[in-house]
Amino acid sequence: MVDLKPKTPCAGLVPLRVGPLSLLEDAPGHMTAIAPYLGQDAALSEALKAAHGMAAPGVGRMSGTRGARALWFGQRMILLIGPAPDAGLVKFAALSDQSDGWAVLRLEGQGAGDVLARMTPLDLRPTQFKRGHTARSDCAHMPASITRLGEDAFQIMVFRSMAATLVHELKIAMGRVVALQ
Amino acid sequence: MRLPCPICGARDRREFTYRGAAVALERPDAEAGPEAWDDYVHNRDNPAGVTRDLWYHEQGCAAWIVVTRNTATHEVLGSILASEARRAGSAS
Ligand SMILES: [Zn+2]
Repeated sequence: MVDLKPKTPCAGLVPLRVGPLSLLEDAPGHMTAIAPYLGQDAALSEALKAAHGMAAPGVGRMSGTRGARALWFGQRMILLIGPAPDAGLVKFAALSDQSDGWAVLRLEGQGAGDVLARMTPLDLRPTQFKRGHTARSDCAHMPASITRLGEDAFQIMVFRSMAATLVHELKIAMGRVVALQ
Repeated sequence: MRLPCPICGARDRREFTYRGAAVALERPDAEAGPEAWDDYVHNRDNPAGVTRDLWYHEQGCAAWIVVTRNTATHEVLGSILASEARRAGSAS
């Protein structure tokens, strides 16, 4: 039997370092889209808490901690990142495995927000988009999920097929921002 | 131009896809007769003033929304989820 080697979406593309900025890949074990059935939101949140230690995030928010996170991922959609989903969740929501479908990148360092501001129309000002805030938006014309992880740290997710394009665009923007620092 | 998504808040126009007048939410009954269907399929007002359009927050939360705006002043007056607009419409 052929032994296939797993390859992460950004393998060979990152890590990238430009001045104080770094672009790294986070390759979580599992990613699962969770779409709560109508009227089951509260029950799902309880089940998430019991099984994975975090309540369902509100609109535009992320819950949990590194290793097991729940990310608001669109209208009536949550993305569980890290653990394999508890089997009991299927009572309250439709689950679909996204594990290999998304590239997960982390952009961090001084000027990370300026880099992203060149790529997305989101209002990223720290008073508007705080740590733990997340949004679905446009990133260099690609559908993306953008989350603030810290003052100068963001998670950026795009479809796996767009990973190389995103890294390419980020690399150019990182160079331009660093040139102005 | 920024559009207010009822879920995401004010967002850049480029995140949205335009569908057209919100008549799609008022689909006639199958027995409604040819005039009602002719109106629904072909006839559109072209108001100089307040209009209701369907937009899709495609590059965002993926909700269909109804945006009310003024074509003469470009003022955006508000928005509602299409699912809610539809429920409100069928209740009246
Ligand atoms: Zn939205």
